[in-house]
Amino acid sequence: MLIYLPIAEVSVNAFLLLGLGGAVGLLSGLFGVGGGFLMTPLLIFIGIPPAVAVATEANQIVASSLSGALAHWRRRTVDVRMGLVLLSGGLMGTVVGVQLFKQLREMGQVELLVSLCYVVFLGIVGGLMFVESLIAIRRSRRGPPAPRRPKRTWVHALPFRMRFRASNLYISVIPPVLIGFLVGLLAAIMGVGGGFIMVPAMIYLLGMPTSVVVGTSLFQIMFVTGAATLLHATQNYTVDAILALLLLVGGVIGAQFGARLGTRLKAEQLRVLLAGMVLIVCAKLAYDLVATPSELYSLGSAP
Amino acid sequence: MRRAAPLVALALAAAGAVAPAAAATEEVVAALSRNRVALTTTFSGLELFVFGAIKRVAPPVDADFDVIVAVEGPTRPVLVRRKARTLGVWANAQAVTIDEAPSFYAVASTGPLSEILSRTADLRHRIGIDTQVRGVDLDSEGEAREAFHEAVIRLRRRAGLYLEAAGGVEVTEGALFTARFALPANLVEGEYQARVFLLHDGEVADVYVDSIAVSKEGLERWLYSLSREAPLIYGLLSIFVALAAGWAASETFRLLRR
Repeated sequence: MLIYLPIAEVSVNAFLLLGLGGAVGLLSGLFGVGGGFLMTPLLIFIGIPPAVAVATEANQIVASSLSGALAHWRRRTVDVRMGLVLLSGGLMGTVVGVQLFKQLREMGQVELLVSLCYVVFLGIVGGLMFVESLIAIRRSRRGPPAPRRPKRTWVHALPFRMRFRASNLYISVIPPVLIGFLVGLLAAIMGVGGGFIMVPAMIYLLGMPTSVVVGTSLFQIMFVTGAATLLHATQNYTVDAILALLLLVGGVIGAQFGARLGTRLKAEQLRVLLAGMVLIVCAKLAYDLVATPSELYSLGSAP
Repeated sequence: MRRAAPLVALALAAAGAVAPAAAATEEVVAALSRNRVALTTTFSGLELFVFGAIKRVAPPVDADFDVIVAVEGPTRPVLVRRKARTLGVWANAQAVTIDEAPSFYAVASTGPLSEILSRTADLRHRIGIDTQVRGVDLDSEGEAREAFHEAVIRLRRRAGLYLEAAGGVEVTEGALFTARFALPANLVEGEYQARVFLLHDGEVADVYVDSIAVSKEGLERWLYSLSREAPLIYGLLSIFVALAAGWAASETFRLLRR
């Protein structure tokens, strides 16, 4: 069934979108990731204009992060104070990101920016994840490692300290604000939640306990992607509500099945699979950037 | 009629319009299967039929005739970008604005345009696809200009927006004709124009013009205009829908799990 998307101005098969939402939702439930970094490139591959794909994906993440954040809220695994500090940086990053996006869109370079960001971040994250999970698999065969104690790093020497009771931390607000800023920037440019950057940064840089990391990250992502949606809608007119709704319906159903399935599989093996997939998407995008395109020309609407 | 053709053409040129000359003994009349198209959410393209007849007041001097039917979408300026390799990656480098290019153009005829239509008549009435795209930036030069011009036609042809069907017009009984067009799903809204040309020996003897109004409708129309006229409300609404869906999903599965 073909469906006409009012903002993207293309007709796409509705079942394809539901299926895509479902498949990415399944993966996100399975791996506990947001899925934005898979969905945005896939939308671009099926012919949705990149600017619309990014903005609409931000909108979809609002929904998936809310349902995740609610679950953590009930379990009281959200550090609201840390979330708000991250958010203050995140909102600044989003504003800067959307402005940058708008400028480059007028210059006709937004596809390039989006692709480059994806190649760089997917490459780094996929590579690290792949190596780390291989090490984890090897280690699990040898028996459990000794528990690590959080180390004191340069992060703890900065000024403007603040107490975060839920995380049991007394640290400077500068690193969380900077992390939030970077994540907000990525949310605006790449249409991702940014959990894949934020979660490791919170654990390794800030030294937050892993129990509150995911909930806090989801809490922050919900507001940042909400802001990104609003800014894209008012500055670039690129949020497609119908596209978002279709992806969402597929996504929430897929995520629930994924979460069930995930409990039956081994975590390290799942991570290797996810890393492999991330690297494949990255390679495809990199290839498209470097290979001589079959068509050098493209059409856009004149200002 | 054969000898009168240049006279008719002259009269047309003098009038500066496509209205048939009063002296014509032949007239073409046509009707479209529809004059309104609603682009709703489930719009997946449709078939447009054009049927018509040749009206004669006297027996024809020259019974041999050709018919061309052209359907044209609203014309908008187009920005054409050309990629070039910079620092190893392919990025948009050159951009040229083409002032006039119809968003949709389909031409059906009783035979190949090159055989049934003279070049002068083609240029005067702008019938062939290559006559539709024009007005390239003045600062771009010869070859480059040509390449950008061709790119618009090539890309739009590939997208199914520019169509040519030699033999797409069927003539029956020596005076009746029909043409059918498959309008694609990705139509742009606006006023479409259908022109029916009656030809003798490559020259246009008469023209019939009709129009089709294509507009977004229903939810489609509402969402699109809201996103342009009240983007803040549209953005808030999108977020609200997402939040409601996220919350509903979380509650539903919490209940199911019990």
